[in-house]
Amino acid sequence: MRIGVITFPGSLDDRDAQRAVRLAGGEPVALWHGSHDLEGVDALILPGGFSYGDYLRCGAIASLSPIMTEVVDAANSGMPVLGICNGFQMLTEAHLLEGGLIRNDHGSFICRDQVLTVENAATAWTSDFEAGQQITIPLKNGEGGFIADADTLDRLEGEGRVAFRYVDVNPNGSMRDIAGITNARGNVVGLMPHPEHAVEPGFGPDTAAAMRSGVDGLGFFTSVIRSALVEA
Amino acid sequence: MPTIVVDVMPKAELLDPQGKAVAGALSRTGHAAISSVRIGKRFELTVDGPVDDELRASVQQIADEILSNSVIEDVVNIDFGDAEPAADASTEA
Repeated sequence: MRIGVITFPGSLDDRDAQRAVRLAGGEPVALWHGSHDLEGVDALILPGGFSYGDYLRCGAIASLSPIMTEVVDAANSGMPVLGICNGFQMLTEAHLLEGGLIRNDHGSFICRDQVLTVENAATAWTSDFEAGQQITIPLKNGEGGFIADADTLDRLEGEGRVAFRYVDVNPNGSMRDIAGITNARGNVVGLMPHPEHAVEPGFGPDTAAAMRSGVDGLGFFTSVIRSALVEA
Repeated sequence: MPTIVVDVMPKAELLDPQGKAVAGALSRTGHAAISSVRIGKRFELTVDGPVDDELRASVQQIADEILSNSVIEDVVNIDFGDAEPAADASTEA
């Protein structure tokens, strides 16, 4: 499976996302924000970082990039799209996902290994998890507070579209502890924490078994690859 | 050249961590009269041509769709300056 990772000016984790795809058994394809060509990929990742220096609003200028026209069309026709951190912010700015991300309520940048509950294990990016499963992946952001109006929050919860929720601590003031959401179809998923940083022993979060051995993020990438095989 | 000013503020019901931090600093420096601070954005858009009805509509759209995100912010003011609106936009072309 060929999975495109789009690099925007100021992207930070594009290479990490490519590496995660490779470790999961997929073929990463580097895509460029200024192009209109998705190069025939089967899925897309909008990586973390600080596109355009977070000018205007996080992800806002990147969401107006040339390639986003194709990303929106592909998402609306069912292609799996994963937005991580800045990529999640872009997906909300592009109206592919509801809500918005604002500055952390405590005002500080945060970087920690974060426990999440996978609430929806039926999306293109979560099918290798069990609903209710707890995973630990890194979280690092300054503007990760998820907000939406009460009606939208109720709808997201009612439709099972809260994909991930923070466990133990709410690290950024996100409403209802929401760490990530999905669209109704389940092909577009966005979250603030970083699965691509927990895909290889020696470089992931600490676990009870060994330091830095956590690979809970790998499931995101194996999920989308496996679901593509099932469909094919 | 006319300058159009657009003011955007975080929604009133949302926490504004930047404003809260500034309010904290004011409190620490003895400015007890200031009870709260909210921080927004001011955009100055310079235009080459006349500020006609078409441009006004365009700026309104830009303010609503690009300069602000209605999920988290409100456009609280658009000041088209002292330029008189064109009596008939079609004559400007």
